[in-house]
Amino acid sequence: MQHGTVHAQTAAATTHAEGQQHPLKLYLVIWGWLFVLSACSYFVDFFHVQGYLRWSLILIFMMLKAGLIVAIFMHMAWERLALVYAIIIPPVLVLVFVAIMAIEANYTELTRGFFFASGS
Amino acid sequence: MTHAQDLPERADGWQGVASDLASDQRAFKTASWGKAMMWIFLLSDTFIFSCFLLSYMTVRMSTVVPWPNPSEVFSLHVAGTTFPLLLIAIMTFVLISSSGTMALAVNYGYRRDRKTTAILLLITAALGATFVGMQAFEWTKLIMEGARPWSNPWGAEQFGAAFFMITGFHGTHVTFGVIFLLIVAWRVWFGHFDVGKRGFFTDRRGQYETVEIVGLYWHFVDLVWVFIFAFFYLW
Repeated sequence: MQHGTVHAQTAAATTHAEGQQHPLKLYLVIWGWLFVLSACSYFVDFFHVQGYLRWSLILIFMMLKAGLIVAIFMHMAWERLALVYAIIIPPVLVLVFVAIMAIEANYTELTRGFFFASGS
Repeated sequence: MTHAQDLPERADGWQGVASDLASDQRAFKTASWGKAMMWIFLLSDTFIFSCFLLSYMTVRMSTVVPWPNPSEVFSLHVAGTTFPLLLIAIMTFVLISSSGTMALAVNYGYRRDRKTTAILLLITAALGATFVGMQAFEWTKLIMEGARPWSNPWGAEQFGAAFFMITGFHGTHVTFGVIFLLIVAWRVWFGHFDVGKRGFFTDRRGQYETVEIVGLYWHFVDLVWVFIFAFFYLW
């Protein structure tokens, strides 16, 4: 790697092998948002929000926080799509696993309810 | 190595994905091998934590005994008032703060600001150590109250197993992160990346990109906590 040439190019719009250089203000704004979103998540519990509203709020705040961390703090927003897809798509496929295990868990609960109720 | 300006224009979008992956060279054009390997490690770690959270979901959904209410189990009494999840909320803010100082450290590293980078890395490590300390306090409190991996006074027995496994693994990750941060902070402070001194562990010449790579790991630890906080403590 030749540092001189790479770093001589000042923060251009495109990324290069090394040196994700972005204005400080961006990080500070994102940092602030992460605090706000964390506080929002906490208030969901603090104010005893229940039911579907609770679950959707938890998921929304969680995804927003995760998205900001990955996109800005981990610089994923400036990477080439080949890397983005290689890293982001596999975890999304875990959702299939979630669905399978949810079905399985429901079935287990059903049989437990059935046997424990009739057995005792 | 070829200079960036000598290279032909690369395609974007799906065309770009296909040509990058099929190019019979390095697939990740703009990420160095170090950064790409860290991302791939983090992907594998994502699967590990996914499996933990999935097992937790499965046992929680399938048990016929009521699940303990985390809001009450993790509440703290401060000045006569009960705050739900107070310690967990503080831990979340500590970790978010450390993520912010880490992002700033990466930024100052690329500016070749040695002192500021090292200090920010040390602050990040200190916040991480604080997090682990608070987690130790939380574990102690719960164990004193009778929580065990196989039983607990509040409800479904699987609660303890899921809690100790998930938070324990996460705490271990934070602990290792603190160690990595201290090593990198030490190398930055003494200018190892400016003169290309070889590291004692990998025997490779470090660069300021090392700060960004350890930063990827650190942000990932914070990222995992976002999911644990949502699914284990808030759900």
